[in-house]
Amino acid sequence: MRLSRLPLIPGLILVIAGLSVASLVVGPAPIAPLRAVTALVSDQGSATVVVRDIRLPRTLLAILIGWIFGLTGAGLQGLLRNPLADTAVFGAPQAAAFGAVLVIYSGLVGALSWLLPFAAILGALASVALVVAVAGRRATVVVLVLSGLAVGSLAGAGTSLAISLSPNPFAVTEIVFWILGSFEDRSMVHVWLAAPFILVASGLVLSSTNGLRALALGEETARSLGANVMRLRLLLVAGAAIGTGASVAVAGSIGFVGLVAPHLTRPFVGYDPARTLVPSGLVGAALLLAADCAVRLIPSQTEIKIGVLTAILGVPFFLWVIARRKAELVEMPA
Amino acid sequence: MTELHARGLSVDLGERHALSKIDLALRPGRLTVVVGPNGAGKTTLMRALAGLLEPAGGQVALDGQLIANMKDAERARSIAYLPQGGTIAWPLPVIDVVALGRLPHGERPGSLSPAGREAVTAAIHAVGLEGFASRAATELSGGERARVLLARALATQAPVLLADEPVAALDPRHQLVVLDVLRRQARAGRTVAVIMHDLTLAARFADEIILLDQGKVAASGGPETVLTEAALATHFGIQAHVSRDGGHLIVVADRPLPEIHRDDQ
Repeated sequence: MRLSRLPLIPGLILVIAGLSVASLVVGPAPIAPLRAVTALVSDQGSATVVVRDIRLPRTLLAILIGWIFGLTGAGLQGLLRNPLADTAVFGAPQAAAFGAVLVIYSGLVGALSWLLPFAAILGALASVALVVAVAGRRATVVVLVLSGLAVGSLAGAGTSLAISLSPNPFAVTEIVFWILGSFEDRSMVHVWLAAPFILVASGLVLSSTNGLRALALGEETARSLGANVMRLRLLLVAGAAIGTGASVAVAGSIGFVGLVAPHLTRPFVGYDPARTLVPSGLVGAALLLAADCAVRLIPSQTEIKIGVLTAILGVPFFLWVIARRKAELVEMPA
Repeated sequence: MTELHARGLSVDLGERHALSKIDLALRPGRLTVVVGPNGAGKTTLMRALAGLLEPAGGQVALDGQLIANMKDAERARSIAYLPQGGTIAWPLPVIDVVALGRLPHGERPGSLSPAGREAVTAAIHAVGLEGFASRAATELSGGERARVLLARALATQAPVLLADEPVAALDPRHQLVVLDVLRRQARAGRTVAVIMHDLTLAARFADEIILLDQGKVAASGGPETVLTEAALATHFGIQAHVSRDGGHLIVVADRPLPEIHRDDQ
């Protein structure tokens, strides 16, 4: 049986459902799966408080953020025709974090304001614009990655500056832990802060399907097939920046999901860049849910930050992809 | 039957005037070969004819309709364009790559209309790639991949087919196979234009040759009218022998003419 014939999307939804139940169950206070699900819909005393107020928000955030990372990762890889593309290529997560830190640090708003995602999204958009402006339209992957690295480093330096100049040590700790990326202590307010932006970003990325297909044959051919490549670029980059900004604003920096998810998906969809999108988003959601369960299960004094775990798992994967495809990555125009 | 006309077509690439005041007509049923030295503006001409470049002046019209006024999809249904050195980014199955030619018809790989499926099958058949349908296109040889990309252009069933150096980097056998496919497309009533560097091959397959130099049409007409030793000296900067063998024109480049200094790009 060919991999591409498997009922992929229903299967992934089932996996996500199973992991969601696990995410409601796993934690310091043990709650049986059936009770956890019941506690969602009816009052089960303390179990309801734990499940509804603590575990449900982080479960929903893991799904939303994993989804948008997987989706935008697949979109950007399709756009740049490169399996190493991710929002991190544009330095977007660091820039989003910088944007958010800037508004928190300046005392403009608290950590639960609608301004926060906007600031993070602006940061992400600025980084993408800067990378594209520096690298130029016909940049090779190497130039693009180097520009992204530089912009990401600049944003990181800005964040470090804000931290080192902060007069309040508690604020410093808060910023540092937030940057590491976590779903700990998130409430439904965080979900409502991120969800509308993630919805908009999903719409933008998903409206690019036919253009992405055509782009598999290069920009010239795509245009000759009637694809509006400029519009496609705008849709995907805006979608990626909005999705990254909203995610970073509520959960900090969580990397590599957008890189890994499309790789796991592609063989199941016959490598079609458009058909990679939705399953890749679902794989991203499943990965982040699993990682969020794992950080709660790994024995440690304080919970391991999920951003740290995804980086520890993601970087070797990144290196593996480079090692496997280095020959063709040398001078491939983006 | 579709005729593609350029009138007073000028294109600027940055500061450079890549094409100036080109007048030409590509006629249905004919295979037109565009030749010229490097930097003459051949690719620019093809891209402008395909509607992928905005002219600085003049116009391109398809049966009298300006392509600048056509919607993207309508233009894509009318003019198929095969760029130089086309690549395939993902290990897509051959049949899916060819089916991408149906995008301008609102169809996509995996959900083709009966007419679309027929067009894809016919295109694969035309380039002789039956049996390759489910192979990953990236794993094929250069010659096979060039045929896959040609089949993609054929699957659009556009009345006009423009191909930029479709036989560059192909071995002699694949060159003949691809050019034969293009000639058969022309004989079937399509308007076909191809850029080529091999002048003997150009002479053999062309119904008409357009010689481009420094962004202008230097000569056009039948191979024997255009590919003269004098023209090759003037426009290519080579001393060449042009002879006949069994009804075919043979162009042998002897040596470069040193006194002519050309701006290569």
